[in-house]
Amino acid sequence: MATLADPIKESFRPSMLLNDTRYRSLTFQFIALVAIIATMAFIGGNLVRNLAEAGLNISYDFLGAQAGYDINQRPIPYESTDTHGRAAIVGLLNTLIVAILGCITATVIGVVAGVLRLSPNWLVRKIMAIYVEMFRNVPVLIWILIIFSIMISATPAPRDFRGEDPTASMMLFDSVAVTNRGVFMPKPLLGDGSMLVIGIFIASIIGIFFFRRYARKQLFDHGRLIPTLWPSVGLFFIPAILAQIVLGGPITLEYPELKGFNFQGGTTIRGSLIALWFALAIYTGAFIAENVRAGILAISKGQTEAAAALGLRPGRIMNLVVLPQALRVIIPPLISQYLNITKNSSLAIAVGYMDLTGTLGGITLLQTGRAIEAVLLLMLFYLTISLLISFFMNIYNNAMKLKER
Amino acid sequence: MSDTHAQSVAFVRETELPPAPPPVTETGAIKWVRENLFSGWFNTLLTVVAFYFVARILFFVFPWFFNGVWDAASIRECRDVLGGATGACFAVLVDRWDHLLFGFKYPPDGYWRIVVAFILLLGAAAPALFSKLPRRLLLFTALYPFVAYWLIWGGSLWLPMTILGIIIATGLVFRAVSSQIPVNMRQMVAAAIGMICGVGLSYLLFIGAKELVFIANSIGTASLGTSFAYGVFWLLAIFTFVFFIPMGMFVGYAIYNSYEDGGLVSVVTALLFIYAALVYLLAPIASGLNAVIPIELQAVASRDLGGFMLNMILGTVCVSLSLPLGIVLALGRQSNMPLIKGVCVVFIEFIRGVPLITLLFVANVMLAYFMPPESNFDLILRVIIMITMFSAAYIAEVIRGGLAALPKGQYEAADSLGLDYARSMRLIILPQALKISIPGIVNVAVGLFKDTTLVSIISMFDLVGMIRGPIQNSTEWISVYWEVYGFGAMLFFIVCYSISQYSQWLERQLQTDHR
Amino acid sequence: MNKSVFFGALTVAGLMAGAAAATTLEDVKARGKLNCGVTTGVPGFAEPDANGVWQGFDVAVCRAVAAAVLSDSTAVEFVPTTGKTRFTALASGEIDMLARNTTWTFSRDVDLKFEFTGVNYYDGQGFMVPKALGVTSAKDLDGATVCIQTGTTTELNLADFFRANGISYEPVPIETGAEAVQQYIAGACDVYTTDASALAAQRANFEVPGDHALLPEIISKEPLGPLVRHGDNEWGDIVRWTLNALITAEELGVTSVNIEELSAGTNNPEINRLLGAEGELGSMLGLEPEWAKRAVAAGGNYGEVFERNIGEATPIGLARGLNAQWTDGGLIYSPPFR
Repeated sequence: MATLADPIKESFRPSMLLNDTRYRSLTFQFIALVAIIATMAFIGGNLVRNLAEAGLNISYDFLGAQAGYDINQRPIPYESTDTHGRAAIVGLLNTLIVAILGCITATVIGVVAGVLRLSPNWLVRKIMAIYVEMFRNVPVLIWILIIFSIMISATPAPRDFRGEDPTASMMLFDSVAVTNRGVFMPKPLLGDGSMLVIGIFIASIIGIFFFRRYARKQLFDHGRLIPTLWPSVGLFFIPAILAQIVLGGPITLEYPELKGFNFQGGTTIRGSLIALWFALAIYTGAFIAENVRAGILAISKGQTEAAAALGLRPGRIMNLVVLPQALRVIIPPLISQYLNITKNSSLAIAVGYMDLTGTLGGITLLQTGRAIEAVLLLMLFYLTISLLISFFMNIYNNAMKLKER
Repeated sequence: MSDTHAQSVAFVRETELPPAPPPVTETGAIKWVRENLFSGWFNTLLTVVAFYFVARILFFVFPWFFNGVWDAASIRECRDVLGGATGACFAVLVDRWDHLLFGFKYPPDGYWRIVVAFILLLGAAAPALFSKLPRRLLLFTALYPFVAYWLIWGGSLWLPMTILGIIIATGLVFRAVSSQIPVNMRQMVAAAIGMICGVGLSYLLFIGAKELVFIANSIGTASLGTSFAYGVFWLLAIFTFVFFIPMGMFVGYAIYNSYEDGGLVSVVTALLFIYAALVYLLAPIASGLNAVIPIELQAVASRDLGGFMLNMILGTVCVSLSLPLGIVLALGRQSNMPLIKGVCVVFIEFIRGVPLITLLFVANVMLAYFMPPESNFDLILRVIIMITMFSAAYIAEVIRGGLAALPKGQYEAADSLGLDYARSMRLIILPQALKISIPGIVNVAVGLFKDTTLVSIISMFDLVGMIRGPIQNSTEWISVYWEVYGFGAMLFFIVCYSISQYSQWLERQLQTDHR
Repeated sequence: MNKSVFFGALTVAGLMAGAAAATTLEDVKARGKLNCGVTTGVPGFAEPDANGVWQGFDVAVCRAVAAAVLSDSTAVEFVPTTGKTRFTALASGEIDMLARNTTWTFSRDVDLKFEFTGVNYYDGQGFMVPKALGVTSAKDLDGATVCIQTGTTTELNLADFFRANGISYEPVPIETGAEAVQQYIAGACDVYTTDASALAAQRANFEVPGDHALLPEIISKEPLGPLVRHGDNEWGDIVRWTLNALITAEELGVTSVNIEELSAGTNNPEINRLLGAEGELGSMLGLEPEWAKRAVAAGGNYGEVFERNIGEATPIGLARGLNAQWTDGGLIYSPPFR
């Protein structure tokens, strides 16, 4: 430290530790260090003594013991005979799933609502204002419970699809069933040669990317305007569909069917996931909408007027001039909203979604009684996720920042 | 020429036409509708969609709301009254009104106390919120916590009043030591206080060292990890043991040494005084006063608090407590002392990185293990501690933003005036930084107030806990959802919306730049 | 750093709950209140009524203990606990006893260091299905969606049952009974499983209770009873024998109606010993001779408590079944008062 390197001119006296600014900060820190150690000693001693009195110990062995309970949504294979540790991993993945889905959806909702709040249309403006205020001023827990209740009672039960005269029916040519247990959708089955189709599909996406780059280059270098929208759409669909037809349909769809108690086959997005996902997305969307609105308002009117003077249409002004600049204002608060979604996803416990708090902090904690260990692990997991999100978002933020030359 | 012209022109207007009214589509309501709802095909489409959407909701909600049954003893009676028609069962709100607001354990004849405390809260908050009100009203704000404590928890009025008295006395002691007594007397005080503190600190550190040895020994050396921890704790113990006497001597000396300017010694004297007074004087004085002039309200245990009242109490208490803590953390994070900065950064980032619910789990299942075996903290106190720490971390970040937003010139100006750290912060930096941070702090406060509903997950009966526990599980109201959740949402909306409106008003007030 | 620092802080807060004395009994007596952990609300077992007074079958045990120890059945502080918090609350001394339909299991008794003082209700995990499904046995439930109220041993029993029978299911874990019922009624799950007593209690409040049937399978043994911490055997004895006193009172025909009359002395020495007219049983426990009399007088004997809170005359409508006295073919059996 710089203070240490300073040449000592006069001989050192103890009072200098207090009165000399060169040494004072050292003194303070030393006292703080001792205070921290003493506090640790106090807390640790109490912990040890209390545990001894209750006849408990700190041990993470329970993570290797058989969990014994089932989880409905399993991103990785899991049986009730697997360990508590694996159950915690399943919970962690479920947390990540709902967090990622929530972040994407909240961003979309937030941007749309934020832009519409500034819309010239009075009705839309007012509706968006009501939406934002309603969600910002009511606790997220109440919203999760309400949205879950709405989902359960507004969508039909699988039993309504049954019988001679069903009160509900499947949508999109009998392929999708929306029930209060979740949404049942067709699942693609990969037959022989389907890798080829997928490969062609990926290749065409890469093709679109290069095509658009080429078109941009043409525009900038030669002023030639090449239409990009329709060729892109065509490139996206046509080669893959052609390949599918030519190869005799290697990719088939497995449709959900009402069998026994439930829809069987296909893929399912469970009700608890949908409820939590939408509750978090709509709730956080209201906050993001405010951030977006503030970001747009922060762009000076001269920018809009300049763009209008160049003859751009309002939609293009928004997309090409205002939003890209507003983005720099929006991203930092957006990061903290993403963190909020991740943290609020721990309320999954209220709707029975088996996230990290539901497995490790829920059933595992209950069954093993290892409260201290489970809660510590829980915090560690969330802390890691949060730090990772802020780390990556900060990298993105730095990349997007205005480069000053 | 002119003649022909005169013939060809049949009519020349010689008076000005009266101005015609604008076309009907360009005026009044129609113009407004055209411009605001149907300007272009996209807007028209939006309007139609939005209108359809609103109509759907209204058609659904209106019959439900206006068919509502307000008078029934149970959900079954509600169903009988409705006879199959759609309609809300607001009778649950009537029946459980008190429970929703005050919880089910609060003595019903004490409800007025809560109402009075709430009304006084508005009065106490007003001078803090509106700077135009006379500053003298802040005195009432300072008195409010004591009055509110007495009203809500009951017991003897003399307990909070004695605490107040002790705090005032502490202030007087501080003033006396710092500026009113002669220097040679202060030197004597400083010597005595320095002695007490030095010996006391040495004693505490000695206990700490013993405690560290105890921890190390109980961890043992069974495996590699525990051996490592064993070593670390032994090292810490040796460190503490080496320093316990020098530390005490040094701190004692430091206190003595400060007698000339009196800063440190007056602070330490005041702290010692308030500690001694609270431990040794509070109980005898309060009970003595109460024996002479008994002014008592029925005492209410804190676990008997519930309903929306609990949310309000948690929100108010935690926000007020976390403000000073947040300021300290923010200053700590700005500090140029690496250790203090590091501690603050770790604390803030840790708290901000974990969900509140895990911190409440800590309050619920872990905090008891960290306290001495014979102490027994109330759940509500543990929850207040954790929520305060939670909001302090967020408030610290807001204030840090405020500190960072100040121009560097302000810091340099304060330094160049020769102000020390405490004075420059108190007089120059913080007043400006806090002013910038107020909207952010209000946002944190609103968020925190909403988050107090999470205590329902750890079996406290706040508003949501009342709904999800006793009300929905009771035999009478077993499947009532919309009415109670709607009511809860409404209560929160009213409070939070008012606060956020205030915050926006304040932002406009504070906007000193001219756009 | 030491006691007085914390006492100082606590006095300031005015929220101190009193320093712990040597034993739980002394503690309770010094406090003048029994801290009893209960659920946050299961109809019939423990729920606050419209006046905020706790009522129910588990609550009656707490009240009996309070009456025996403090001679005041209202001197109970009911501490609502969730499945997650109940054991910590007991272990940390926040509550003196837990009467929260808690299943007596090996690991809770041995590993978690608690002492179960008896069984006040023999329960088992059952299934409820809508009659319209036409299911008559739990083994027909292949592929069904099952609502589970979490926080008990329910998840484990369910997983074991379905695995043992080689059938698949989709678990839907739910936190509170009310929310589980909401989902079940709306058809978001086909089956609702929890303790059979709770199923019956909740069915009684349905719009059309007759549309729902309990399946014959009871897939687990759930002996529910009050529990205390390991290590304070005197206190454990008090709770154990208070419960036994209620049971014995029913067996001997001592009711809240005739108890005054019988306590004057009878020909039956066991009744005399129970009610304190004979022998020294009370002082052996460290209580007054009429401790058991007070416990029974507080809410009646076991049978009376049962009938008043969850019996067939109540909306819960549970039959005695396994919980009849051993003399009537049930499992309720108290060791002798001797």
